[in-house]
Parts: sequence; C-alpha cells; structure tokens
Amino acid sequence: MPEPLISARGLTKKYGDFTAVDTIDFDVDKGESFGLLGPNGAGKSTTMRIIAATSQRSSGTISILGRDPEEHGPQIRAHLGVVPQQDNLDGELTVSENLFIYGRYFGLSKKFIRNKIEELLDFAQLQDKRDAKVEALSGGMKRRLTIARALVSEPDILMLDEPTTGLDPQARHILWDRLFRLKETGVTLVITTHFMDEAEQLCDRLVVMDKGRIMAEGSPLELIKQYSTKEVLEVRFGSDRNKEVAPILREMCSRIEELPDRILMYVEDGEALLEAITAKKLHPTTSLVRRSSLEDVFLRLTGRSLIE
Amino acid sequence: MKSAVEIAEERANRWGHQLYAGRARAILERAFIALRSSTWVPIATGFIEPVLYLLAFGYGMGELIGNVDSGRGTVDYAVFIAPGLLATSAMNGAIYDSTWNVFFKLNESKLYKGMLATPLGPLDVALGEITWALLRGLSYAIAFLAITAPLGLVPGISAILAIPAAVFIAFGFASFGMAITSYFKTYQQMGMINIVLLPMFLFSGSLYPISVYPDWLEFLIQLFPSWHGIELVRDLWFGYWDAGTLMHLGYFCVMIVSGLYFTTRRLRNLFMR
Ligand SMILES: Nc1ncnc2c1ncn2[C@@H]1O[C@H](COP(=O)(O)OP(=O)(O)O)[C@@H](O)[C@H]1O
Ligand SMILES: [Mg+2]
Repeated sequence: MPEPLISARGLTKKYGDFTAVDTIDFDVDKGESFGLLGPNGAGKSTTMRIIAATSQRSSGTISILGRDPEEHGPQIRAHLGVVPQQDNLDGELTVSENLFIYGRYFGLSKKFIRNKIEELLDFAQLQDKRDAKVEALSGGMKRRLTIARALVSEPDILMLDEPTTGLDPQARHILWDRLFRLKETGVTLVITTHFMDEAEQLCDRLVVMDKGRIMAEGSPLELIKQYSTKEVLEVRFGSDRNKEVAPILREMCSRIEELPDRILMYVEDGEALLEAITAKKLHPTTSLVRRSSLEDVFLRLTGRSLIE
Repeated sequence: MKSAVEIAEERANRWGHQLYAGRARAILERAFIALRSSTWVPIATGFIEPVLYLLAFGYGMGELIGNVDSGRGTVDYAVFIAPGLLATSAMNGAIYDSTWNVFFKLNESKLYKGMLATPLGPLDVALGEITWALLRGLSYAIAFLAITAPLGLVPGISAILAIPAAVFIAFGFASFGMAITSYFKTYQQMGMINIVLLPMFLFSGSLYPISVYPDWLEFLIQLFPSWHGIELVRDLWFGYWDAGTLMHLGYFCVMIVSGLYFTTRRLRNLFMR
C-alpha cells in the first residue's frame, strides 16, 4: 500500500473556546479527487487552511506528503496549488502578469514561467484576456484564472475551496469541465463544496462534515446506498395539510422527512408508493419521484438541509 | 530546470526557513510590474512638494529672515531648510507606500494572504515591501539633490552622503510604518496616522532650529523620528559628524529592526496561525 498523500488523525482547530474542527480523521490518496461536503460553518475552509500550512492545528496530527506542516510549511506549500474560497488575484496586474508573478513567488525561472503561461491561458480559456486587468473579468473567468495560477508551480495536490460558489450555472459547467480535465492528468484534488451535485460530479470519495465533525465517509454512491434508499418521492399537500397527512404517510414507508414546504418519502420504488398514496385518495398537489442524492444523505445524518 | 519543490527543499534546513524563503526580490518584482500601470500623480506630488516648499519658504521667507545659525555654522535660510526638506520628502515617500498601500494589500485586496499561501515567508513579504517603500525615498532624495545643486544650495561634495542617509531613514520609516499599519483594522485607525504625522513634520525643525522652543517641547520633539531624520540629513549635508550623528543612526537602526520584527510577526500571526 502506498502511503496516503494527506493523512489526518484527531485533527482539531479551536478559536478560543470555539471548536471549528473537531477531532477529524481522513486520508487522501494519490490521484484521487477527495471532497469535503458540508454546510456553511462546517469547518471545511479551516481544514483546507491547515492542509495548506497557512493555519496551525490546535491538536491531533496531520501529515502532507509525509511531513508535518508545522515544521515544513514552505516545502509543503511548494507541493500545493491553492484556490481559496475568495479570489485574491492581484488587481493591480493583468491576467498574464498574475500568472507570471505567482510563479516568481515559487522561485521559478522566468523562462519556465513564460512557457507555462501559454499552456495555462489555453487551459483556462483566457488567451484573449491575457492583457486584461483582473477587474475586467467575469466571476467565472476570475475563478479559472485563480485555478490556472495555482497550477503554475505544477503542484501535486490542487486545493479547491468552494470552486463554483457564486457562479452562474453555465460558468459552473465550464469550470467542472476544466476540473475533469485536470483529474485525467492525475493531479490529486481536494475540493470543498456545499453543493451536493458538485460533490457527486467531481469527487471520487468524500467526507460529510457538520459542525466541525465528520459524519460519514465514502464514495457518493456508497454514501447514498448506506444512508438513503434508491428513490425518493417528494409530495406536497400545501403547508396546512402536510402536517395532517404526515402520520398516514409515515406508516407507508420506512422513513419520511417533513420539510417546511414538502414531505420526502424514502423507498426503493417511488412510482409504486405514489400509486398507493393515490389509492388512499390523499391526492398530493404535486409529486416527484427522483433518485436519492447526497442532499438526502446529509438530511439523514444531521436532520437539516445543506443549504439553509 | 528546478521545480518549485526542489527550490523549497534547498532552503529546508536553513535557520528561519519558515519565515524567509530568500525571495524578497519577487515582491519587488511585483511592485515594478504594478508600477507600470499605476497612476503617476501621487508619485509626482512626492517629488514636487519639497521643491515647492523650498521655493516658497527658502526664497519667500528667506528674504525676510536672511541668515540663520544652523548649529553647524551660519548659512543662508534656503541652504538651512534644504536638507530638512530632503529628509522630509524621503520620509513621506516611505510612509506613503508603507501605510495606505500596505493597508489596502492587507485588508482589501488580500494580496499578502495570497503571497503567504506560496512558499514565501512573512519576512520575504515584509522585506520586499519595505525595500520598495525605501526605493521611493531614495528616488525622491536623488531628485531633490539634482534640483537643489544647480540652485547653489548644496554646500559641498559631502552632501552626497545625504542620499544614503535619506535611504536609511526611509528604511526606518517604511519598516516602522508597515509594522504599525499591520495592526490597524479600520480606516479610522489609519486616519490617526495622518493626525500624528502632520504636526510631527511641522514641528520637527525642517523650517527652523528647534532651539527656539521651550525646553520641554524641544525635548519632546527629540523623541520623534522625524527630528532625528532631519538632523541626520542636515549633519551630512553640511559635512558634519559628531556623537549626535551616531545617535540619529542608532535611532533608525532600532526603528528598522523593530519594524521588521513586528511586521514579520504580525503577518505570520494573521495569515499563518
Ligand atoms: N479566524 C477565525 N476566528 C474565529 N472563528 C473562525 C475563524 N475562522 C473560522 N471560524 C469559525 O469556524 C467555523 C468554521 O468555519 P469555516 O472553516 O470557514 O467553515 P466552512 O468553510 O465550512 O464554511 C465557523 O463557525 C467560523 O465562524
Ligand atoms: Mg468555507
């Protein structure tokens, strides 16, 4: 067994009395795409900063490429490409200057960086913006530039903190496509997100985080299998009647979740259940049968939705 | 071709490698690239301001005042104030870059945070930014000397030493200015810097010797760096050396070292803890 690239045991981060990351364990293997899925405040960014050697843990152990970030910060950072939650591109410089100077921060030669810039501008689809100032870019372009910038040093691990938060659907899909390409080249990805579709799309394996703790771990499919049913039937009766029918519905399947606007019923065969409900003359105003998602896993684990 | 990892490994066993990657140069390089597209107005103002003061006071007031005792011989009023104004412009140049510009990069653009996510250390950032601020002080000093020499205000060749002196005091101000700025969080706090600076420069003896003050005020002024800066440059301008000159140098050594220390420490605590 090759050693994992990143390995955390009992990792904890406290800010004063508040525990932001609470004794978590996880491993990230070479070449995999590893996700931290959780709502705002779960401790994802804090965990990312500890891995990136820009924040020190309070207790526990963590090793990145076999090293402790507390003692080998600069060397660890030389292995990583970091895409922070908030873009911190250099607004005084142009697109290509941003890539150039970032390479210089790593100590790379000008010649090497100049060649690399062409490759990265192609990758980020920013060739025609190379001389534009950062402010002139759209949100999606800024994000792609931040990713390209993180790749200047040819990192072994790319850290992406909420790569598509705040982007419109089209920009998100372009970004996902770029990340798929990266994955194919064998770069190890560590991604945080509070979008379950993003986690399902991009992550080979993930941990579900809530309030600083890891609630579950596995591939998206394994997690759904373990914590949810194959299908979900969503029914709405209008907010007054939902309460009234809920006890009846509860008898009809193994698990239901009452949300403010709808009721989720967990079953293997959603259509069959819907027929049974109709047979009881309950007549929901709307109904939908869908496959279980990571959102259902999260709801099961915490009793809350990912996005509040 | 060395990879980023190999470059980082080379320094791995050196003392202080967590704080300093030996690449303050990269920060300077960034500043030069940014300069190409920045506005020239504040930079030009820094050049012109001391010259305007020199013309207005040196030749305007100078007519009324005549000669003054500089403490290093009696000289024309314009000759007396020239080194004070040189020192003031070097200090102002250094302050401009190390306060407002640093505040912006620290709090608004999050530039330092980005830099410190690379193998760079906080001392690289501090040294690079302070050196940049110091270069501004240097260029102001050279320009001022180039303008005053043809006017016959430079007493002798030794005045050339006023340039390294100006760099030294700019280093002190930039280092200390960046340290203080790194602890400030709001614009109101930054505004306080201006409130302190204006009287400090007005009363520090660039336009007249501080011996005109009552003893307590004279003593108070001697605590401030601007007085030491003006006196240091004035000493060298007139080719004059004594224990006081050394004391001024010592004062700036302390400013430089403590400024670098606190800036580095603060950057580490802000972005790497
Ligand atoms: N520097 C800090 N000081 C104090 N509390 C912090 C700091 N950074 C994060 N926190 C708190 O830690 C918790 C986890 O934050 P974070 O890791 O940013 O969560 P996430 O990225 O999952 O949204 C939040 O409650 C946040 O308020
Ligand atoms: Mg976050």
